[in-house]
Amino acid sequence: MRRAAPDQATYYAGIRTVPYDLLKEVTYALVGSLVLLIVLAAFLSSPDVSPETIQSWAQKQPIDFVTTATAELAGTTPSAQYGAPYNAGSASVQSLGFFSPQAWAGVHQPVDPAQDFVLQPLKADATGNDQLAAALSTYNSADAKQQGAWLDAYAKALKDAKTDAGQVTVSAGDYGPLPVMMSALLKSARAGGLDGYLLSNGRFYQTDYTRPLLFMGDGSYLSGLASDQHLVGNQWGVMNETGSYPGQAWLWLYTFWYQIPPYAGAANADLLVVLTMAVLSLGLVFVPLIPGLRNVPRWVPIYRLIWRSYYAEEASTPSGGPITPATSTPSTSAS
Amino acid sequence: MNEEVPSGSWTAAVRGSVARRLSLEKILPDRQPYYIGSWVYVFGVITIAALVWVILSGVILTFFGPQWWHVSATGRFMNSLHFWSVQLFFVFMVLHLWGQFFAAGWRHGRASTWMIGAVIFLVSIGAAFTGYLAQQNFDSQWIAISAKDAINSTGAGTFFNVLNFGQMYGLHVMIVPVAVTFLVVVHIVQIRMRGVVKPIEPKEAMKP
Repeated sequence: MRRAAPDQATYYAGIRTVPYDLLKEVTYALVGSLVLLIVLAAFLSSPDVSPETIQSWAQKQPIDFVTTATAELAGTTPSAQYGAPYNAGSASVQSLGFFSPQAWAGVHQPVDPAQDFVLQPLKADATGNDQLAAALSTYNSADAKQQGAWLDAYAKALKDAKTDAGQVTVSAGDYGPLPVMMSALLKSARAGGLDGYLLSNGRFYQTDYTRPLLFMGDGSYLSGLASDQHLVGNQWGVMNETGSYPGQAWLWLYTFWYQIPPYAGAANADLLVVLTMAVLSLGLVFVPLIPGLRNVPRWVPIYRLIWRSYYAEEASTPSGGPITPATSTPSTSAS
Repeated sequence: MNEEVPSGSWTAAVRGSVARRLSLEKILPDRQPYYIGSWVYVFGVITIAALVWVILSGVILTFFGPQWWHVSATGRFMNSLHFWSVQLFFVFMVLHLWGQFFAAGWRHGRASTWMIGAVIFLVSIGAAFTGYLAQQNFDSQWIAISAKDAINSTGAGTFFNVLNFGQMYGLHVMIVPVAVTFLVVVHIVQIRMRGVVKPIEPKEAMKP
């Protein structure tokens, strides 16, 4: 099965060698590439569109912010219904028949959007704010049916909401304590308090952005910006990047599958694409061992282009081409 | 020098094995078969040159911290060098890969050289991916939000959280570059140890 490479002295016996300076070649490559890189960096720079914050979201699209927060409270957002690794939902858990590694892996970064994104931040804000404290008390003491009725009515009213001086107003209706709660949450978000609260998680040092990113991802503000920058899934998604830069062009094949059936639109598209790419990646690694695939180079004779001087010399030398007796090439030090 | 080598010495055995396989003449050759005068052989060395600049610019970016390049013109230029050296690295790595595929570079006992090269390509994709996630800009945010579903679908989301900047940054500046560099060194040693593969002969089997 595995064939050991012959010793170079044997392998190159009889093949003409030429002077070759490895270090000179490496130095030329280093200097040449550095000059090119300096020119590219100086003239084309690199993309750096500032990140969005919950504050910028609440300031620029307050209705979308309040609509998303209300949906978090109602448990109807993608994050609220996600499933592993965030919570016990199932909407985003993918499987292929019985094969569901996502479900098997379980919950490891617990996120409860209603509590984490809305109720707990409001509870922290309620200190010294009697109106908000009363509204929270009313909401928490209501039964699920009553909460659902308020949330449903408020969510419908938000479709015709208006903004006035940074506040979201809806037509009159029975929304219970929600207008007070959402007004307080919006005020905190617009001031930047919610960014800090969702990130701090009770610790001073923090680098985990799971909660704020999930919250922002549930709204339509961020995805709208991404669509403007040609970054969403049906625009070849993550292989692109902001501006007119090449992005992760090496992900083209991965992204390609999302554009065609049966992957496009499939509920388990991610799992199907990852499995497909895993098989193809294994194929790439094991090309030398796969009959048929490893013969492609013979069928597509690009090798004759690569070694055209060798084949030309071979054709013009009646006595066996460039292969000469080993004794005539005493300086075959490559061996 | 004439001291007797103790039998059973692991050190002597390893030294002997390395010396047999990898002489200085093989590591630093000054002659090569004449057929390497093809542009295909340049792709690999440019890939390595680009990797050197990726690592050096990355070390400088890491030294000054992840916020530096967003607020400093020098930092932005260094990031741009890092960015374009990554692009150059991938362009020439892919050209090298295709060149070696159509040359059937795995022939004559070189299968593991090809396999490690292919693994370098795959690990490099992971290196670039964590780099995009560690940029701390809008691209990082959106790529994290978009990519989490694919990662989570495999169950890997339990230990590889693309929304966790700290984890992505640590992987990008330490673990993945060390892996790529180690594999590249092994790849180069394999090439120098065995030499470049000979041209395909008529009716030659493409077996390793």
